[in-house]
Amino acid sequence: MKAATIQLETLTCPSCMQKIEAAVKGLEGVERDSVKVSFNTSKVKLNFDEDKISIEEIASAITRIGYEVRDSRVKLA
Amino acid sequence: MQRLIFKNKDKITLLNGVLVAAAFLSKWTAGNTRFFERALITASILGAAPIAFQAYQALRVRVVSIDVLVTIAVLGAFIIGNYEESAIVTFLFLFGAYLEQRTLNKTRSAIKELTDMAPETALKLTENGEYVEVDVDEVAVGDVLLVKTGAKVPVDGTVLSGEGSVNEASITGESIPAAKEPGSKVYAGTILDNGTIQIAADRVGEDTTFAKIIQLVEEAQDAKSAAERFIDRFARYYTPAVLVLSFLVWLISRDIELAITVLVLGCPGALVIGVPVSSVAGIGNGARHGILLKGSEVIGDFSRLDTIVFDKTGTLTVGKPSVAEVEYYGDNIEEALGYLASIERESDHPLAKAVLEKIGETTFWPVENTEVVKGEGIVATVNGHRIAVGNAALMEREQVTLDEKAKADITQFEMKGNSLVLTAVDGELTILMGVRDQIRPGIKKDLQRLKRLGVKHLIMLSGDNQGTVDVVSRELELTEAHGNMLPEEKAAFIQKLIEEGRTVAFVGDGVNDSPSLASAHIGIAMGGGTDVAIETSDVVLMNSDFSRLPHALGLAKATARNMKQNILIAVGVVLVLLTSLFFSDWMNMSIGMLVHEGSILAVILNGMRLLRYRLPRRLA
Repeated sequence: MKAATIQLETLTCPSCMQKIEAAVKGLEGVERDSVKVSFNTSKVKLNFDEDKISIEEIASAITRIGYEVRDSRVKLA
Repeated sequence: MQRLIFKNKDKITLLNGVLVAAAFLSKWTAGNTRFFERALITASILGAAPIAFQAYQALRVRVVSIDVLVTIAVLGAFIIGNYEESAIVTFLFLFGAYLEQRTLNKTRSAIKELTDMAPETALKLTENGEYVEVDVDEVAVGDVLLVKTGAKVPVDGTVLSGEGSVNEASITGESIPAAKEPGSKVYAGTILDNGTIQIAADRVGEDTTFAKIIQLVEEAQDAKSAAERFIDRFARYYTPAVLVLSFLVWLISRDIELAITVLVLGCPGALVIGVPVSSVAGIGNGARHGILLKGSEVIGDFSRLDTIVFDKTGTLTVGKPSVAEVEYYGDNIEEALGYLASIERESDHPLAKAVLEKIGETTFWPVENTEVVKGEGIVATVNGHRIAVGNAALMEREQVTLDEKAKADITQFEMKGNSLVLTAVDGELTILMGVRDQIRPGIKKDLQRLKRLGVKHLIMLSGDNQGTVDVVSRELELTEAHGNMLPEEKAAFIQKLIEEGRTVAFVGDGVNDSPSLASAHIGIAMGGGTDVAIETSDVVLMNSDFSRLPHALGLAKATARNMKQNILIAVGVVLVLLTSLFFSDWMNMSIGMLVHEGSILAVILNGMRLLRYRLPRRLA
């Protein structure tokens, strides 16, 4: 299990959070309960199983729904 | 296609705006209705594209977002041929989002300034004796690093060689540079204003004080209060509810125009954004002033404070004894001070240190025949004189006669809460020193500010004897003061106050008062202190600077007020919009969108005021 912190572009509407949360939670390999989208810091924190999904795939899932990913960091959970 | 649209959102917004403006211009000046219509149709399609895509993505993950409402509304307007409305609404929505992003960045700027201070590289000493620039993550504990003028200190460390002055504002909020010399501690994220220093890394990466502060601040800004969580939950059902309402309106009235107007008016926005905006700006202001406020729940409790409980030692007082008063008798004072220092130099009594510090540079003599009288002091021979250093009991044993003036001085010193150090040379009283843990300078003013800010009870709890406690309490004009208290008793005392229905804060330096920090509503740690204190507390005053406390309280009050204003703006606007929709005829989609976006900007701008908050002059 790895822990990822993904920095997004500035989030402006809190309903964005619901969207991002739902999009990331739906991914295979992402631990559902670990997903946390922070509005003010515009960050997504989550734990994922690196055997099932890569950080790039998670990032592209977010980009696909229209939010720019600035930076992502992965470390051991 | 989709990426292209998202990427060029700003350009689309601009083009959309230009088209709308051109359309109206041509209509008003040239009466060109054909161009007017075509321009508006193009603008509508162009503007709706990014919104519609976002709506689509939202629906795919089963979220009824605000984009969904707007897309349906625009689509509806388009179908009934109201291109004016569809174009204007898309423009206002896009332009509003653009402005919101810009202004939101401003409210978050204070915190961003702080996180941007994070050092990125370090000059590390390698095996062949050269300094090489490496990423700060590659620095390990024990590494030797070089810091040059103007550079950031990369890790927490100890100065090995060199001298300089360091701006520690990022850690303490204090902008006056601190002088550093070999042996001094330096902190990551601080800036070396001048000089060059070599340091040994003590704490690196996420263990540095700076990294901990950043982490706390980051967590704080998104730590939600119960009210916010409620609003979030509410918003989740609110948008679908608006959709249903609009459908019902259409069913009943068969008026598409009215139904889609409901969609636009019902957009939540200011409500969900209002509180987070206030809290991020308030926390940001605090971070700039050396105050860490841990989230909006903390801000709420803090703002309602009516009782503050203080630890005495290290909080209201400096925390170490020093010579507060001196009185000399007779001649040869210089010599006597030398004798006193010579004796105290060999003692490890806590008062000895204070006495030595007071005397400073002097001539030291060899000390002979030292005799320690337990609980009273020391008698020794220095330079052929019999010297007695100790309390009044020792003077009596040594048959030192005290004249009327000396007796009066002693009584007076004792009344002020001093421990006495008397020095007799050959049976003659020469020096009288009063040693006590002195009250922090300026603290009386700060306590008065707290009172003016509405704190009714200022209470001091201390492990010291009641006499000392009373002296400090009287001087500081506290409401209550209790001595002889153990840490658990302090915590129990706070618990009792809470049961009486008071909102209680506890201020301590974190050394053995963690139970009290935890049991008060608001635990305020005089930071720079221990990590435990920083973690268990709700508010941290960096650099143990007591004078930040009034600012912290004023800021919390201003932030809590700001949140309420924002909620009021948000709810008020929606109510006004909906009532005017049903009870007046001037309301339409465009005005609705304008007011809606306006209210979002209003709450953001209102929140931004907090960035500039300072304690009002009438309170300072």
